[in-house]
Amino acid sequence: MSEYVIRFLIGGAVVSAFSMLGDVLKPKSFAGLFGAAPSVALATLGIAIYQHGAGYAGSQSKAMMAGAAALMVYSVFVCQLLIRTRMRALPASLLSIVVWLTAAFGLWALSGGHA
Amino acid sequence: MTIPIKVSLSSLHEGRWYEYLVRFALGGAATVFTGLVSSRCGASVGGLFLALPAIFCASATLIESHEIRRKKEAGLEGRRRGQEAAALDAAGAALGAFGMLAFAAVFWVLVEWSVAGTFIGASLSWLAVAVAAWFVRRRFRLVRSARRKSGSAMSRSR
Repeated sequence: MSEYVIRFLIGGAVVSAFSMLGDVLKPKSFAGLFGAAPSVALATLGIAIYQHGAGYAGSQSKAMMAGAAALMVYSVFVCQLLIRTRMRALPASLLSIVVWLTAAFGLWALSGGHA
Repeated sequence: MTIPIKVSLSSLHEGRWYEYLVRFALGGAATVFTGLVSSRCGASVGGLFLALPAIFCASATLIESHEIRRKKEAGLEGRRRGQEAAALDAAGAALGAFGMLAFAAVFWVLVEWSVAGTFIGASLSWLAVAVAAWFVRRRFRLVRSARRKSGSAMSRSR
């Protein structure tokens, strides 16, 4: 239980720090770089090395490459939805999670991923 | 050529206290969720979720609402402007994802070698690749708009 409390606090702090950094930077497209900052990864991989060792964190970072490529697809999709369909940001970004899941698991399977 | 990146601390005053709380809670929840997925489904599936765009959803929504609020204070509707601001943030995130890919690749290569070196190397790779991608895209846009301008000037002179 305490492990998850620590995860929550570290994750919240790292994500907030990157978000605030993105808030103070202009122009908006540059600040957007921080929307794809590896904030959750920094918190999670640190805990993974401490608990399970370097090999475990290595497996996670290898699979993360598929997730990051899916994030590119996702971001372009959200951008197009906002501009072309005039959808609001919350529904557009939430609906597009389906695109991220499809791309992430598709790329992971193509790269021979296994649990 | 001037560097077009600016730091504006006044942007921090635009946010409401609960918006920061929501981001903290969402970041914490995403980290807990990734840990749960890793423990139930294995390190590999859990690793995929390290790039889950949960935080992006919150930041794009906040950017849109800040822009709408700003325009409403100026007596305008602001909905379209809010969507455009969120779309720009998404375009930036697409470039930032190149940096995240570099982070993951460098981390994977270095992790067996040195823990501190891995975190430093991977973080620097993220920053370098993301910023380089942004400058390359900006350069392309500048060249394209200059060509468009010179093309329309030539057609006018004929």
